[in-house]
Amino acid sequence: MGVAVYICHCGVNIAKTVDVKKVVEEIEKMPEVTICRDYQYMCSDPGQELVKKDINKYQPSSVVIAACSPRMHYPTFQGTLKEAKMNPYCLEMANIREQCSWVHEDKERATEKAISLVKSAVAKAALLEPLIENEVPVTPAALVIGGGIAGIQSALDIAEAGYKVYLVEREPSIGGHMAQFDKTFPTLDCAACILTPKMVDVARHPNIELRAYSEVEDISGYIGNFKVKIRKKPRYVSEEHCVACGDCATECRLADRIPNEFDHNLSKRSAIYVPFPQAVPLKYTIDPDRCLMITRGKCGKSPKCVDACSANAIDFEQKEEVEEVEVGTIVVATGYSEFDPAQKPELHFNDLGNVLTGLQFERIFAPNGPTSGELVINGKVPKKIAFASCTGSRDKRVGNPYCSRVCCMYIAKQAHLVKEHIPDADVSVYYCDVRAFGKGYEEFYERVQKEGVHYRRGLISEVYEEDGRVHVRGEDSLMAEPFDEGVDLLVLGTGIIPNADSNEMGQLLHISNSSDGFYLEAHPKLRPVDTVTDGIFLAGCAQGPKDIPDTVAQAGAAAAHVIDVLSKGKITIEPYNAVVDTDLCGGCRICESLCPFDAHHFNEEKGVMEINDTLCKGCGVCGAACPAGAISLNHFRDTQIFAQIGAVLND
Amino acid sequence: MTEESFEPKIVGFLCNWCSYAGADLAGTSRTKYKPNVRVIRVMCSGRVDPLFVLKAFEKGADGVLIAGCHPGDCHYMSGNYKTRRRMELMRRMLEQFGINPERLRLEWVSAAEGARFAHVVNDMTEKIRELGPSPINGGATDE
Repeated sequence: MGVAVYICHCGVNIAKTVDVKKVVEEIEKMPEVTICRDYQYMCSDPGQELVKKDINKYQPSSVVIAACSPRMHYPTFQGTLKEAKMNPYCLEMANIREQCSWVHEDKERATEKAISLVKSAVAKAALLEPLIENEVPVTPAALVIGGGIAGIQSALDIAEAGYKVYLVEREPSIGGHMAQFDKTFPTLDCAACILTPKMVDVARHPNIELRAYSEVEDISGYIGNFKVKIRKKPRYVSEEHCVACGDCATECRLADRIPNEFDHNLSKRSAIYVPFPQAVPLKYTIDPDRCLMITRGKCGKSPKCVDACSANAIDFEQKEEVEEVEVGTIVVATGYSEFDPAQKPELHFNDLGNVLTGLQFERIFAPNGPTSGELVINGKVPKKIAFASCTGSRDKRVGNPYCSRVCCMYIAKQAHLVKEHIPDADVSVYYCDVRAFGKGYEEFYERVQKEGVHYRRGLISEVYEEDGRVHVRGEDSLMAEPFDEGVDLLVLGTGIIPNADSNEMGQLLHISNSSDGFYLEAHPKLRPVDTVTDGIFLAGCAQGPKDIPDTVAQAGAAAAHVIDVLSKGKITIEPYNAVVDTDLCGGCRICESLCPFDAHHFNEEKGVMEINDTLCKGCGVCGAACPAGAISLNHFRDTQIFAQIGAVLND
Repeated sequence: MTEESFEPKIVGFLCNWCSYAGADLAGTSRTKYKPNVRVIRVMCSGRVDPLFVLKAFEKGADGVLIAGCHPGDCHYMSGNYKTRRRMELMRRMLEQFGINPERLRLEWVSAAEGARFAHVVNDMTEKIRELGPSPINGGATDE
């Protein structure tokens, strides 16, 4: 009986600031405590063995581990208890590392606080009750949001393991940003050659249900049992009938008049279009914001696309469709947006024709791009080219203090490609640091320098036009001298930013965004693919800027997590749910309207409230509001919290 | 008790998902702050029963901090809004007990705001130090 208490030194992480021996001395005095020990690393195998042996010997009613945050190791020590045949919920942790030794310097006061926190944990532990986990079945299917390389990789891995995948992409085609690239650094692999076969695999995989030109509208439920509403936008073209001959686009009255977003507005398209010739699915789409039939209800005497389409695929009556699917897990692979250089007016991005973003320049090299892969800018072959690194990254003025992690390397790649196209071109990179951190990156950076690309340390502070040339000004900080160079083309090393709707999407999914706007992982080191919401995983740039190898690796990891959940077939849910004492419940129904999960159901016959264990998420809002004190929250009961309050105030 | 030697005792109720994680982040970032707050973890700031607050003052707390997710970010969708509404009532109630409502504080601290958590603790410690010990804890009557 009683409480067994273990104080961890965590090497010196705790012991340096907290006098562990003194904590043990004080805790031993508590009447509830059966045994109190300290050990260097409680989470290590010998540490856990110590707990198991004591459980067998002393048969404590509960265990307290004073160590790191319960968010870190609560599940670890629950495992220890389980192995010793003890209920895993008869465990309380005192957080004396993250919330004590790491944040205080005065050893005496840190020790005093640690004692107080352990006393609080003991007081609660003495009142803990064994809890039984709820088991619910898992729907053997996954939702992958986003059809870039991250989503494609995750979807394929999950599908290959034998589970159904709904892959939702909001654009008319999957492929994402990678489909816009020509070559990839540092190996100079052709992006299309490694991506398009995967796109085709997605389309024909029997386990993948591709929902292109669709958006996730609503998500409800929880791990194992999510309900997802997918809204399929009307293409105004029957996917069944369209054979992608392209006659409609040629005939369209607005042919070659609409800026093509796939080419970052460097080319023009029709109002009926495919984003690029290798699109998957290869079906035409009518742009509802541009098409004259849709915007004005009239297109000459009759729409030319309809006349041109021999397959009779055009259908202006098509409506959006909302489909509801059930999945067990979700992978968020929603990608990124490119920084808009207009936010830095000194770069004159929109006023000068010879200034391009990194992605625009990618399209120039692409064989399916606006110049069919010829390095021609405004009809001329540029002879002198400047690159500006860190455009919109590591820049607090535009609110992006982080490094975008890919710009240094894509600049090096593009500089190399320029030299390949125009060997006598004068190419300079204006940088502040070069971050060539990946496998083979530093070597590639060195190779590019040897090919004659000049690296000048100093960011461009001003851009202006003179004699038809773009001039870049700034200071070379290694030479300690100003520079002012006229160039034929300035390429901005534009960084990666979160999508404009990332907060909105985060709320829909109940996952958090970190301060930079990307989605927050559950733990930066140990759970980089999980989110705080069980069953939802992250892949690719949605979680933060990363290159293709890292994206593919994370996508694979997310898929492995998904397969882990789906293969178990059932999931245990923490039993921290609210319970009603029907003897006390007066049937006032105040709690009913407070519950955001509709877990409360009033039993008319008995005149009391009932709470559904599976729907209840254990927030405890109802318990705090119940005027009769009839609702208590498992593991966070009023009596348990009162005991903690008393303990921390030395009562 | 002189102002210098008075160390306020503050009880902090932190929601598991945002503020407790934010306090952990202050730890992993080694951001130093005053050791006056004793944290009690709850799953949601909406779990904080007004009775918890009263009990803390009764047992001698000089201040009570409730911290939860920012509006719109609640892990349980709307628990923090309920806390925000309850705050008004709790403040009025404290006044009737002769406790300065400034001793009760509600803050939004996200999982990414370790520095903000440290700031909140330091700031609150100093404010409570200025107010002096709680009247229940032997201090002068609150104004």
